[in-house]
Amino acid sequence: MSPDVSTQAPVEPATASAEPGPVKAVLDHLRGYLSKVRSGEVGALPAVAGIIALCVFFGLAEPVFLSVGNLANLFGQGAAVACIAMGLVFVLITNEIDLSAGFASGVAAAIMAVLLTEWGMPWPVGITAAIATGVLIGLTLGTLVVKVGIPSFVVTLAGFLAFQGLALIILDEGTNISIHNETVKAIAGENLERWQGWLLLAVTVGGYTALQVSRWRRRVRRGLSHEPLAVVTARIVALGGLLTATVFLLNLERSANPQLVSLTGVPIVVVLLGALFVLWSFVLRRTRFGRHLYAVGGNREAAIRAGVAVDRVRITAFVICSSMAAVGGIVAASRAASVDPNTGGSNVLLLSVGAAVIGGASLFGGKGSARAALLGGAVVAIINNGMGLMGLSAGVRFGVTGLVLLLAAGVDALSRGRGSFFGRH
Amino acid sequence: MLLELSRISKSFGPVEVLSEVYLAVDAGEVCALVGDNGAGKSTLVKCIAGIHDINSGTIAVDGAPREIHDPRDAAALGIEVVYQDLALCDNLDVVENLFLGREKLHGVVLDDDAMEQLAAETLDSLAVRTLRDLRQNVASLSGGQRQTVAIAKAVLWNSRLVILDEPTAALGVAQTRQVLELIRRLADQGLAVLFISHNLNDVFAVADRIAALYLGRMAGVVNAADATQSQVVELITSGRSGAVGLPDPNGVQS
Ligand SMILES: Nc1ncnc2c1ncn2[C@@H]1O[C@H](COP(=O)(O)OP(=O)(O)O)[C@@H](O)[C@H]1O
Ligand SMILES: [Mg+2]
Repeated sequence: MSPDVSTQAPVEPATASAEPGPVKAVLDHLRGYLSKVRSGEVGALPAVAGIIALCVFFGLAEPVFLSVGNLANLFGQGAAVACIAMGLVFVLITNEIDLSAGFASGVAAAIMAVLLTEWGMPWPVGITAAIATGVLIGLTLGTLVVKVGIPSFVVTLAGFLAFQGLALIILDEGTNISIHNETVKAIAGENLERWQGWLLLAVTVGGYTALQVSRWRRRVRRGLSHEPLAVVTARIVALGGLLTATVFLLNLERSANPQLVSLTGVPIVVVLLGALFVLWSFVLRRTRFGRHLYAVGGNREAAIRAGVAVDRVRITAFVICSSMAAVGGIVAASRAASVDPNTGGSNVLLLSVGAAVIGGASLFGGKGSARAALLGGAVVAIINNGMGLMGLSAGVRFGVTGLVLLLAAGVDALSRGRGSFFGRH
Repeated sequence: MLLELSRISKSFGPVEVLSEVYLAVDAGEVCALVGDNGAGKSTLVKCIAGIHDINSGTIAVDGAPREIHDPRDAAALGIEVVYQDLALCDNLDVVENLFLGREKLHGVVLDDDAMEQLAAETLDSLAVRTLRDLRQNVASLSGGQRQTVAIAKAVLWNSRLVILDEPTAALGVAQTRQVLELIRRLADQGLAVLFISHNLNDVFAVADRIAALYLGRMAGVVNAADATQSQVVELITSGRSGAVGLPDPNGVQS
């Protein structure tokens, strides 16, 4: 514990007054970023490094891994877990856990399947019912944890068992219900037209650019500290480049037999993931609820004293988590075109928790983002996909995923130790 | 008098922690509250802040008796507390901590720029030079910087009385001096300050008046200019010093 102020992280260059050269400004910015990383705020770095390393490794070991068809495949394989992980992030930020999210997604999917296939309801009814199921489950779990005071580990472990049973009952002791509704099947099964992909790209990059530039100009005008324009530009170009490359690749023909059936375009599930990512990032970073969520996870006592409606925030986290689990269940059902009692079962929950943590959410609370869920979901999906292509057994795949999770949790614990010099209360 | 406490008693179950405590703090002055560990200083603060309900006695603000049952009641009266354990969120940055629970909104969207600007102005008005990057997480700040954030958080709200519970206890020499200077500036700007400490050097450095608690009772209130450290030590350790002290608290009530 050093009381010496001079050891603090370098301060960002003082705004317009000193007006350093642009190169120096960029270097200062980089130095500030590096010192944040050194002090434990590693952010997305480990997950991004992991994704690159895994892609290089699997690309060398099994060249088909880098094919366009497999890229599209990866999105489909990872989507359900990424959805559930995005919800789990909310619960993890408040320093709780939800072990029931996997089977909650199964129950929601089962209810949708029964409504669509057995009762012949239209798809909006099925999807609304599935999400409403998620909301109800989240309300129940959250109330038991927050109002009754049972540890979330226990409540959601009970949920894990109970929802498994509930899915069995809904599915009549284990029948497999097929989904015939074309709209629901399209969610994880169909692709955008090529032009739709390009249009969406233009809208996304244009919107991002407008937001970034207007924010930068606002901060300059108000005389607040701001990033060098070069850094803002670099970020826009990087995101634009990445998305353009993705759309370009996904718009290539990826059918094994193009004469028979053509397969091109951005999978609809990618659009869904993107929309959910934007929505939850907005909620976490730009709304009062999001701010309070982090505060509750960072120091609940401080949040209480600041007048934050702590109970409501914590319950809402569970509601969002279970609702996103329901969305994950819909995606899984769409992809399989059926629901059975194992939907959302086996390793789904563990992979989802793993994804969130690998992406940078903390098991100690107070840290996490929608981006973490997506990046971590990508890591998990790549590991399973790549090792599957290499013909490794399920046993090996579980083992490796477990090791990666352990590694991520280790990084989390270590960065936590280095990041908080002055102890947490 | 901005704040006037009379005959405040507080028990936790059978244990009486505060007994008939009186105290007055006026705008523009630093009143120090001293006392041994367990004397009841923190408990008294929590009673004023609305965290504990008092069992008997009255709390008057501007001469009018007030009921304070909730931290929000205290805040509405312009009373802000900087607690011993600071109550900062390590995972939020300086601006986010300053505005926690009272965020500025633009529709449903947080107005982060306005909050940052207001934070910078407040810190400027307090002549704080030690916090330059307001977007840095509180976890990476030094003890003195954290204390500064906690104090700034208390004065951001047009508060009239700021209560500081042992603000210098965990600080080194240089940072203690900075925080004491900040406390003095608060009073010079017209705020009432109640400063809790058991470091008498710090107390004599900033306080106008010194109130000594002894086993939950007010042993005496003295002017810092008229008192010596050894008199105050006697009040703290035995509840009496010469003509001042228990069991005759009425003799020194101002
Ligand atoms: N919530 C509580 N419940 C029971 N006893 C308490 C509680 N808070 C404080 N006390 C007791 O009240 C006495 C005064 O504590 P405190 O006000 O923290 O003293 P100080 O801040 O002067 O060191 C101590 O004996 C402490 O054990
Ligand atoms: Mg105390």
